[in-house]
Amino acid sequence: MISLARNELYRLFLSPLAWVILALTQLILAYLFLSHVDYFLSFQSQLVTIPGAPGVTELVATMLLNNAALILLLITPLITMRLIAEERQNGTLPLLFSAPLSMSALVIGKFLGTFAFFIILLCMVSLMPLSLALGSHLDYGQLAAGLLGLVLLVASFTAVGLYFSSLTKQPIIAAISTFASLFLLWLFSSNSSDGASVLNWFAIPTHLNPLLQGDVNTSDIAYFLLLTGLCLILTIRHLNSMRLSS
Amino acid sequence: MTETALLTATELSCHYGTQHVVDSISFHVNQGEVLGFLGPNGAGKSTTMQMLTGNLAPHHGEITVNGYDLFSQPLQAKQHIGYLPEQPPLYKSLTVAEFLRFCARLNQIPTKQQSAAVAEVIERCGLSDLSQRLIANLSKGYEQRVGIAQAIIHKPEVVILDEPTSGLDPIQIRQIRQLIRDIADQHSVILSTHILPEVQTLCDRVQIMHHGKLLFTGAVSALTEQDSLEDAFMNIIQFDDDQLEETG
Repeated sequence: MISLARNELYRLFLSPLAWVILALTQLILAYLFLSHVDYFLSFQSQLVTIPGAPGVTELVATMLLNNAALILLLITPLITMRLIAEERQNGTLPLLFSAPLSMSALVIGKFLGTFAFFIILLCMVSLMPLSLALGSHLDYGQLAAGLLGLVLLVASFTAVGLYFSSLTKQPIIAAISTFASLFLLWLFSSNSSDGASVLNWFAIPTHLNPLLQGDVNTSDIAYFLLLTGLCLILTIRHLNSMRLSS
Repeated sequence: MTETALLTATELSCHYGTQHVVDSISFHVNQGEVLGFLGPNGAGKSTTMQMLTGNLAPHHGEITVNGYDLFSQPLQAKQHIGYLPEQPPLYKSLTVAEFLRFCARLNQIPTKQQSAAVAEVIERCGLSDLSQRLIANLSKGYEQRVGIAQAIIHKPEVVILDEPTSGLDPIQIRQIRQLIRDIADQHSVILSTHILPEVQTLCDRVQIMHHGKLLFTGAVSALTEQDSLEDAFMNIIQFDDDQLEETG
């Protein structure tokens, strides 16, 4: 399982895709970070006069993590699409199927390898808000909650992507369907003005925004863990049934 | 008989829809033996190989490997099987050494013995000069060697090779056959092929498959006593087709 995760991460970094994605994500977020800082500086003198006004963590760090979440929505399908689809296309799946490895170890190994890549990406992103600590006071609690939110978010994104990758032989189809379903989950929240609606509960922002605001609820954490677990189980089941009647 | 059966398949069946691809076949492989699966294309050879290695679940039947049932104890059973599918399963972005190291880990060879295991298969499969090359840059013959190396790295009792010489040039075919003969010294080998001379040069025992059924099982010498192997093979296949026509 660990060896599979290592192999997955290693092969990811052998391809230019991972490097390009890391570099461009960093570039876009750096630009947004600077513009948030700029915006904050222009209002800073007015903000001091208002009691209880939002601070630098809210106006810069939280905004940045919010942008990062959207960018993750765009790049996760690109990273996860190859996971199983490409192995099916290249005929390398028999190598894993005939190894002394259970199906759940196989799926979890692949999940962990890709998840590790996103953790590296998030570490690089979090350096930007942390650099503010050099000249300002940060609300570390809120920042940590926001980062926890993003970690949970990529875990569920990766699991969804892994599942769609197991459904097809074409990586591109896996990428498109992953993106479509994640985007749909994202849109559900804006559709309903009524906060208690069912669709709204299924929406990703409903559970991500409180975390980014520093409001850690077990129900939000559970949402992401359930989504991750569900997709992993579906992937295991699908691969097992593929063996039955391929 | 002092020979012990390492791999036993009992009444194996597999069907796609109503078409029986493999129809209730039973066989076994003894220790130190090379068993050839012979048959025309589409006879169900590859499907049988996929079932033996746990890549495809049969609709009916049992497989035991070295005493372990493939379905109730898959992890133990798979430790004793090495498999080279028709298309060698290689990660082209890795070097030969990296790929084999990954296979060693995947097959749960203890960390300390991994380097030795990788070095040994590289040596045995004649890949010494190419160990740092990317698999994507290898010729088809060397790809096949890496595929074989991958199948024997964990010293399995049974090595299953699906058409190991297809798509190679005559020199490569000869080299791969030599390699298979070397492997047969230490492992039992199940080999599928549609090339008749290959069976004659490599196999101890042969099984002829046609339309998913086993038509003949026996020593290669028994087939070649009266006829050439080609005639014997054609007779068996022809006889089966005639019977099918009569019943149908």
